[in-house]
Amino acid sequence: MLHIINKSPLTNGSLDCCLRVAESGAILLIEDAVYGATKGSAIEGKIRDAMGQFKIHVLLPDLEARGLADRIIEGVTTVDYGGFVELVAGNKNCQSWL
Amino acid sequence: MASIEVGGKSYETDEEGYLVNLAEWNPDVGNYIAKEEKVDMTDNHWEVVNFLREYYDEYQIAPAVRVLTKAIGKKFGAEKGNSQYLYDLFPYGPAKQACKIAGLPKPTGCV
Amino acid sequence: MSDIKKFMFVNRKAPYGTIYALESLEVVLITAAFDQDVSLVFIDDGVYQLKKGQQTKGIETKNFSPTYRALDGYDVEKLYVEKESLEARGLSEEDLLVDVTVLGSKEMGELMDQQDVVLSF
Repeated sequence: MLHIINKSPLTNGSLDCCLRVAESGAILLIEDAVYGATKGSAIEGKIRDAMGQFKIHVLLPDLEARGLADRIIEGVTTVDYGGFVELVAGNKNCQSWL
Repeated sequence: MASIEVGGKSYETDEEGYLVNLAEWNPDVGNYIAKEEKVDMTDNHWEVVNFLREYYDEYQIAPAVRVLTKAIGKKFGAEKGNSQYLYDLFPYGPAKQACKIAGLPKPTGCV
Repeated sequence: MSDIKKFMFVNRKAPYGTIYALESLEVVLITAAFDQDVSLVFIDDGVYQLKKGQQTKGIETKNFSPTYRALDGYDVEKLYVEKESLEARGLSEEDLLVDVTVLGSKEMGELMDQQDVVLSF
């Protein structure tokens, strides 16, 4: 299953909830959620811990737009819009967390 | 905003003729709307209209036709709990027409 | 029948502060007309939607909490609440206005994985 998060994990509980409830599969961070994919943030540890259980992706255009493309946590995969579509198509189901 | 005049008092309705404030409803208003809908109210009609008002009072929604049919059947017997019976009473749709007469908003999920 | 899909509505917002809870409820009522396999899930502040005793007169907003009790009549019978979310808010099953199944987050995740469509509110 693919979980799509679009809110900053520093101010919103969506990612926390997803990590607590979801079993396994892939997580894609888009829009303001891309802040969670950057080194040095308060939630970096949480993302690193989650990597054992989930494959973590981040939408590169959103990261670039925010000036943080050079600060991605190692092990987080970047995708472009085509990669976004492939992730959605390649998973049995997906949830866009609000 | 449209309105109807019943017994010298004015009642606000929406553009489709549904009462805006359901608390204002009384049987005279029901009769007036029924007349406009060309429905000749009998005891069987009132049974459905009163049931709808009770349902709304309890759940804060007007039931979908399927739900209404089932609930009527449960309360008044199988011979009344079918769409034929309800459409005979309210030819333009029991949920739509009966709700209007009962002073309720148009049902959610009224497809 | 193979054309029946499993739909899950995930509710994570409190009522009244935003429109999400009411919108979700309306979508559920409409979906119920299409004979699908519908589950409702309440997590995080979403559990507040089911709190007993809501009185909205003072905020001049429609109290839609009684409508959750109508879901049974719409054949929507699968209501799940996450245990951790209840506990974090000092609530228990007795505080809720409908019968629900309380699941731990792990079981909730398994259920989520089994769905065809998951809609988040």
